[in-house]
Amino acid sequence: MGMKIKSQQDFWAGLMFIAFGLFFVVFSVGTPEFLDNLLGTRLIHGYQMGSAVRMGPAYFPVMLGGLLAVLGAIVLVDSLVEEGPAIAAFHFRPLIFIAISSLAFAYLLKPLGLVVASVALVFISAYGGHEFKWKEVAIVSAVLVVGSVLVFVKGLLLPFPVCPDFINNCPIR
Amino acid sequence: MDGIWHNLGIGFIEVFKLQPVTMWGMTLQHVPFNIIMCLIGVFLGTLIGVLPGIGPVATIAMLLPVTFSLSPIAALIMLAGIYYGAQYGGSTTAILVNIPGESSSVVTCLDGYQMARQGRAGPALATAALGSFFAGCVSTLVVAMFAPPLAEVALKFGPAEYFSLMVLGLVSAVVLAHGSLIKAIAMVILGLLLGLVGTDVNSGVLRFAFGISELADGIGFVTVAMGMFGICEIIANLEQKEQREVFTKSVGRLMPTKEDFRRMIAPVLRGTALGSALGILPGGGALLASFGAYTLEKKISKYSHEFGKGAIEGVAAPESANNAGAQTSFIPLLTLGIPSNAVMALMIGAMMIQGIAPGPQVMTERPQLFWGMIASMWVGNLMLVILNLPLIGIWIKLLTVPYRILYPSILLFMAIGVFSISNQPFDCFLMACFGLLGYVCAKLGCEPAPLILGFILGPLMEENLRRAMLLSRGDPWVFISPSKPISMGFLIAAIALLVIIALPTLRAKREEAFAAEDT
Repeated sequence: MGMKIKSQQDFWAGLMFIAFGLFFVVFSVGTPEFLDNLLGTRLIHGYQMGSAVRMGPAYFPVMLGGLLAVLGAIVLVDSLVEEGPAIAAFHFRPLIFIAISSLAFAYLLKPLGLVVASVALVFISAYGGHEFKWKEVAIVSAVLVVGSVLVFVKGLLLPFPVCPDFINNCPIR
Repeated sequence: MDGIWHNLGIGFIEVFKLQPVTMWGMTLQHVPFNIIMCLIGVFLGTLIGVLPGIGPVATIAMLLPVTFSLSPIAALIMLAGIYYGAQYGGSTTAILVNIPGESSSVVTCLDGYQMARQGRAGPALATAALGSFFAGCVSTLVVAMFAPPLAEVALKFGPAEYFSLMVLGLVSAVVLAHGSLIKAIAMVILGLLLGLVGTDVNSGVLRFAFGISELADGIGFVTVAMGMFGICEIIANLEQKEQREVFTKSVGRLMPTKEDFRRMIAPVLRGTALGSALGILPGGGALLASFGAYTLEKKISKYSHEFGKGAIEGVAAPESANNAGAQTSFIPLLTLGIPSNAVMALMIGAMMIQGIAPGPQVMTERPQLFWGMIASMWVGNLMLVILNLPLIGIWIKLLTVPYRILYPSILLFMAIGVFSISNQPFDCFLMACFGLLGYVCAKLGCEPAPLILGFILGPLMEENLRRAMLLSRGDPWVFISPSKPISMGFLIAAIALLVIIALPTLRAKREEAFAAEDT
């Protein structure tokens, strides 16, 4: 007999909490002994539990992780009993482009400098929106580049490279 | 009472102090630097308040790394200004566009927008600003009066009391969150756990770092806040098609009529009182205050039939309340070192960046800082009235800027801010991860605010739990033993809150209340 999920939101939220809870518990206490014996190696080492008087690094996370997993289980069971809202559709376009644009900025900043990194961020993130107008985005990125060099590098003295690494005599520093 | 005036005097002297400032290689003598920072703070606050899609949490998180180069007082004055400034700005958007510029002006949309449609946008804006100003002045006094005695009590707290207080704070935050109670508790616990990542202070063991050296100091608070609020807000906004109808031409004369003034006095007074009270509660703040005030006003006003159709009371009460609540939510922060909402959690972060341990000792050890910050709220409110009434035209112009131009700018500032924390790309990577987590959580009906609170309190709670257990030789009853009446009181209050809210009748009421807010 198949159980019917009455609240999609709660079902997945419950699973997420259980996963997080178990994750912290397992990484605190390490993998159980039978699994280690089975694999012949200690997979996850874990931390010391300690006692109630002198709590080790594992004590608090195990308590909390256990509690989180239990709460997750309650939410999960509840989702089979009580009606709840469905999950609204995921919009992957903004999600992906926003994430990629901030990663591009982060990993381009050191080698290629603030100017290139900022332009990359603006263009990639703008592409994640509803409308993408080349000219408009170009103007926005130009204004932002000038502004952020003036405010962050010149004004607040953040130690960001402005030009790419391979240009030796950067006019702005 | 004399003491307060004397102390506020110290504060005002600090706020107006002239000091030498070096910028762009030039050194200027005698600059009223703190006032300038206050102005920048309230200006930025109004700006982001007006703009829908970016809130005070993301803004303050963005500016945290920048405050590193400021003096502690200047940094805190500016950041505080952003929070209460946002309460002013939020109402402008609510009234003119029917979109809450700030989550705390959700209810202002109901009557404010209707007033604008009737050609009374000007009086609505003026009512919001004047009500906010009055509330700001009164609640500053409330902070000045209630903070010192509370700090006095808090000085006697031991680890057991602190632990129980944090439990109470987290429980009330959960009770006041939207949606499911259990999911909110789970989010708090997830936050607590994420807060534990990094080096354990007691044993020196690196926890949950998986060999990533950047995680040795733990996950940066700013990174989490920007991801869960900033990135997530942008993605959520991009999901919807943009449509705005701005009443720019019909703002007309600002001055409310005599009749308007007569009708707004009582709601402003009630809103201020209720807002001040709700702001102090852990988990409270501007959002709860505005909502509570609107509901109260609708119940007791003799014009309640006009509510939703442009009643001036429906603007005056919530707008006074959200400003009062924003300011009194500083009380638990300044006296107990415990944040009552996500913005206050960021303020704790700001204090820690400056090397100040938040807690009751701040008032006695750094009176200039403490009273300077309180005095700056008064000055800031005055600036805000000027910024928001005579200069309203600027903000209306701003509302016509399309979001597709705004969000790349916001994102760039966030990325720069996060990168500058440790000058490593890893933090931006984490920010993107937390953006993703926040997005998933939002889809699953889990609020991010409890997670943030838990995150900041995680290490503190563990520390106090360990100390309390060590002192009691492992006896867990220490938290509810009669020898610790304060700790016992906190825990009983926390349990009572949970039980009360779980009762079926009240649960229905709470859901009804939040449902009303959503519409």
